[in-house]
Amino acid sequence: MKVLVPVKRVIDSNVKARVKADQTGVDLANVKMSMNPFDEIAVEEAVRMKEGKEHHAAGTADEIVVVSIGVTQAQETIRTALAMGADRGLLIQSDTDLEPLAVAKLLKAVVDEEKPDLVLLGKQSIDGDNNAVGQMLAALLDWPQATFAGKIVIEGGKAVVTREVDGGLQTVSAALPAVVSVDLRLNTPRYASLPNIMKAKKKEIAVKAVADYGVDTAPRLKVLKVAEPPKRSAGVKVADAAELVSKLKSAGVL
Amino acid sequence: MAVLVIADHDGKAVRDTTHKTVTAALAISGDVDVLVLGQGAQGVADAAAKITGVRKVLLAESAGLGKMLAEAVEATVLPLAAGYDAVLTPANTDGKNFAPRIAAKLDTAPISDIVEVVSADTFVRPIYAGNALETVQSSDAKKVITVRPTAFAAAADGGSAKVETVTGADASKTTFVSEEMVKSDRPELGAAKIVVSGGRALGSAEEFHAVMDPLADKLGAAVGASRAAVDAGYAPNDYQVGQTGKVVAPALYIAIGISGAIQHLAGMKDSKVIAAINKDPDAPIFQIADYGLVQDYKVAVPELMKALG
Repeated sequence: MKVLVPVKRVIDSNVKARVKADQTGVDLANVKMSMNPFDEIAVEEAVRMKEGKEHHAAGTADEIVVVSIGVTQAQETIRTALAMGADRGLLIQSDTDLEPLAVAKLLKAVVDEEKPDLVLLGKQSIDGDNNAVGQMLAALLDWPQATFAGKIVIEGGKAVVTREVDGGLQTVSAALPAVVSVDLRLNTPRYASLPNIMKAKKKEIAVKAVADYGVDTAPRLKVLKVAEPPKRSAGVKVADAAELVSKLKSAGVL
Repeated sequence: MAVLVIADHDGKAVRDTTHKTVTAALAISGDVDVLVLGQGAQGVADAAAKITGVRKVLLAESAGLGKMLAEAVEATVLPLAAGYDAVLTPANTDGKNFAPRIAAKLDTAPISDIVEVVSADTFVRPIYAGNALETVQSSDAKKVITVRPTAFAAAADGGSAKVETVTGADASKTTFVSEEMVKSDRPELGAAKIVVSGGRALGSAEEFHAVMDPLADKLGAAVGASRAAVDAGYAPNDYQVGQTGKVVAPALYIAIGISGAIQHLAGMKDSKVIAAINKDPDAPIFQIADYGLVQDYKVAVPELMKALG
């Protein structure tokens, strides 16, 4: 089985995003960037499928292709995935941040070329928080989708996916080829070892331009303003539980 | 200009997230219809017809819709979408699952998790785990929007719209296998008036339940947890409050042994009143709590139980 894993270079999850003073966006100058944490989980799961780790049969995946759409430095993100165990990479260079619809259209073009059996990706990126690309890609391909995966079992040409939904877990079976988006608890991604980081330097990363794919990536949404959320200020300290209860009673919430 | 709201329900009645989404829809247009998807959902449709401001209710049923499979929802909604300028649904796990799929088929940019309707084409939504709010204007003729329910007041009941049946499609490439829903007599986390939430300080699953459950029962509250507590296995995943879990805005949120990571605060900072119990006086949770008690939960919670009578 061939697995395609789209990954995004985003602000590191331990960095607090700060809004620019002119309210045009979030300040990303000199900020640490990393692979979107959900995408890291997708890469890890694909590698486990290839290694036959956990419940995956050996050779469940035989090739893992990583694709990123973004600035030149997104090659570093791809390189991280290659060091974790992916086989080769593709960067579609774009200096502007594309909307999920445009990303889904570009990924569809990549799928048409690469013909993977499974597209495995993070459920959302931690910058835009849209939670949309996987579902949109599945729609454009007319493939089944299984979102928010907490467990994935590949068997008999199907992906049996346990989804983390409101109120509990739902398990669905999707005929391959399919798009599966992953949630936080699917696995804990590995740190790449030094030998694997060295090996990854020799792996191939193809570089293309958005224009090579001839799809419409024009933005549909105009960002009018990016503002800080209203601040909540600290209240009062109470001495003990009894005082807490009396304060909550006078606030009318008990 | 008409808006279609896809209802959220439990199979018997509409959840109040639907009422809240109707409020957002009415801010876009006066012509709001509600679509109920399910199986054996006539009762839900009748309940949706009572929401004030709803023009009519459409009911579509199939096995796949009974499990809200995204492919079935997409195939049911697409033929209906021609009659509407916008499709809205709550930003819960169902809505997040099917809404972008519908948007892609309509060649439209989905607008996720809106917290404010500025005008019929302009919306505010949180980005970067709620650390920024983005105002976006859509140039798409047809809009697909998910709504953060806690950001809108619930539309009242009191209407009497008529219910029409429409064709419900099924999914062909995806099948439902099973589900494991957490059974609880407590209110739902997203809808509870009081939420008590536990963090990693509780130390084990046994301790988490021994401390949180009696307190929740005494207050008639729902139980939540920080991501740290969920990741450590102290609480089930659907307890998680935060940007990547559930976003709640109850009248009272009591955080116990939760330090207050950015990601957690994003999920509860819109609560009306926040109380925090933590033995670390420098815990970030105290920077946003209305009432802070610096004390070990092992002392504070038993005393709290006593003070509540």
